[in-house]
Amino acid sequence: MSNTNGTAHYGFAERWLPRVVLAPSFLLSLVFIYGFIAWNGYLSFTASRMLPNYEWVGLAQYEALFASERWWVAVQNLGLFAVLFIAGAMGVGIFLAILLDQKIRAEGALRTIYLYPLALSFIVTGTAWKWMLNPGLGLEKLMHDWGFTSFTFDWLVNPDYSIYTVVIAAMWQSSGFVMALFLAGLRGIDDSIIKAAQIDGASLPRIYWRIVLPALRPVFFSTLMILSHIAIKSFDLVMALTGGGPGFSSDLPATFMYQMAFTRGQMGLGAASSMMMLATVAALVVPYLYSELRSKRRG
Amino acid sequence: MAEQGKFWRAVVYGSLLIAAVYYLLPLYVMLTTSVKSMEEIRAGNLLSLPLDITFAAWSKAWSTACTGVECTGLQPYFWNSVAMVVPAVAISTALGAVNGYVLSKWQFRGSEVVFAMILFGVFIPFQVLLLPMAQTLGLFGMANSITGLVFVHVVCGLASTTLFFRNYYVGIPDELIKAARLDGAGFWRIFFRIILPMSTPILTVTVIWQFTQIWNDFLFGVVFSSIDSRPITVGLNNLANTSTSVKEYNVDMAAALIAALPTIVVYVLAGKYFVRGLTAGAVKG
Repeated sequence: MSNTNGTAHYGFAERWLPRVVLAPSFLLSLVFIYGFIAWNGYLSFTASRMLPNYEWVGLAQYEALFASERWWVAVQNLGLFAVLFIAGAMGVGIFLAILLDQKIRAEGALRTIYLYPLALSFIVTGTAWKWMLNPGLGLEKLMHDWGFTSFTFDWLVNPDYSIYTVVIAAMWQSSGFVMALFLAGLRGIDDSIIKAAQIDGASLPRIYWRIVLPALRPVFFSTLMILSHIAIKSFDLVMALTGGGPGFSSDLPATFMYQMAFTRGQMGLGAASSMMMLATVAALVVPYLYSELRSKRRG
Repeated sequence: MAEQGKFWRAVVYGSLLIAAVYYLLPLYVMLTTSVKSMEEIRAGNLLSLPLDITFAAWSKAWSTACTGVECTGLQPYFWNSVAMVVPAVAISTALGAVNGYVLSKWQFRGSEVVFAMILFGVFIPFQVLLLPMAQTLGLFGMANSITGLVFVHVVCGLASTTLFFRNYYVGIPDELIKAARLDGAGFWRIFFRIILPMSTPILTVTVIWQFTQIWNDFLFGVVFSSIDSRPITVGLNNLANTSTSVKEYNVDMAAALIAALPTIVVYVLAGKYFVRGLTAGAVKG
């Protein structure tokens, strides 16, 4: 709109104003996002410990990272957590969305109940579940009172199982989100398709499995993206629920990074681990955005 | 056939109710635990109703509970969060609105690139920004201050707010802008007289979204604050993880509820807009 004669009647200021208005945000993201990513990348090639130290050490921090047992525990935990959390939240969320789509009375109230955990901080969720799952007075005591005297539940303090408590709490918090996304998708599907299939004698579960869910493939992929993104960034919940413990048994890359960079004076190592997190997110997001843009261009 | 239909109806409603109980149970446990005394907690179990309701745990969580060495309760951290949230939400929303306006109605050569650049910020794991940001805040004397936290939240919130407004403004017909221009209205006049009065829904969505995000943030809070500037999430985490001889779960639960209260109130009052923000954030571009 800046090249034709139609623009002649508004002046110099009007042509430059949009650029001037956008400039602060452009500069903020250029410097404080992209500049900082570069700076952080540079730090990951230096010998920085407590303080930044710009002595170049090449890939030494990455070598140290890949040789660190704790890092691999965190990576393994992330894999386990991501798979279980995504599968669990998807399963529960899709199931609830389909049920809610059956012309349910009080749908609004139920939706409100399913979604309220999303308004909570992960720290609140973590604190609540820490109390409910604690081995002394929590779930275990409840089951004992109910007569299951041999019931034990020590996952919170058991290094082999602590990461699963994070999965439980994360699923509780985020499955409503999946429900909301899929319900919106279901509402977008033309009712006449379902009616036609019903007339053909197909059962409702079959209609959902063969017709409705395949039509929601885009919703499925964007939900998958969002949940993986939540999983990779997960930090608060672990800090509040297990603090990464016992030991470092429930560490995730995000808590590993925090510990190294801010409490153990291993700045270079922390920087290297955050670059690995960025690379993981980029590996997921870039192909996704690319395919989104391409399909949009095709129309 | 009709019998069978009724049966499945009952199964559907039954499952939905069980799910509702599953989501509500932690809230129920938090509420009941917070009004019990420790003796009662030890005597009963998670689900037992409080026999003797007491708000002692609430008052302790608010004003005297220890979060490490200092025993001030959550009170100061609550006000820190308020002091952080208000300017951070206002600034990031205002910037998002004008950015969205330019990116949808005043595009210029390169504005799409700027948009893509800002958009990618939605996806970045903020861990990559922490170390340089800590250095920079220190350099400008904003380390461990509420001002510093506001700055960080504005920078990192820009991506979402810009996206929200841009996607909303794309739906406003260009003809409206053209007509206003023919009448001699300029950039700001069009924004304040035409665009802004049409923006109430998206303003509500954005303000609620940013409020919830920033109030609930823990990562920036724990990295960029000290005793005087700690937000409530960090206060709560310290309170719940302070190792005292006796774990006071009633105080923990009261504290968690205090930290959750503002966002729950917003959710109850304007849940529709909150959910719209969630799904808008999800369906990007």
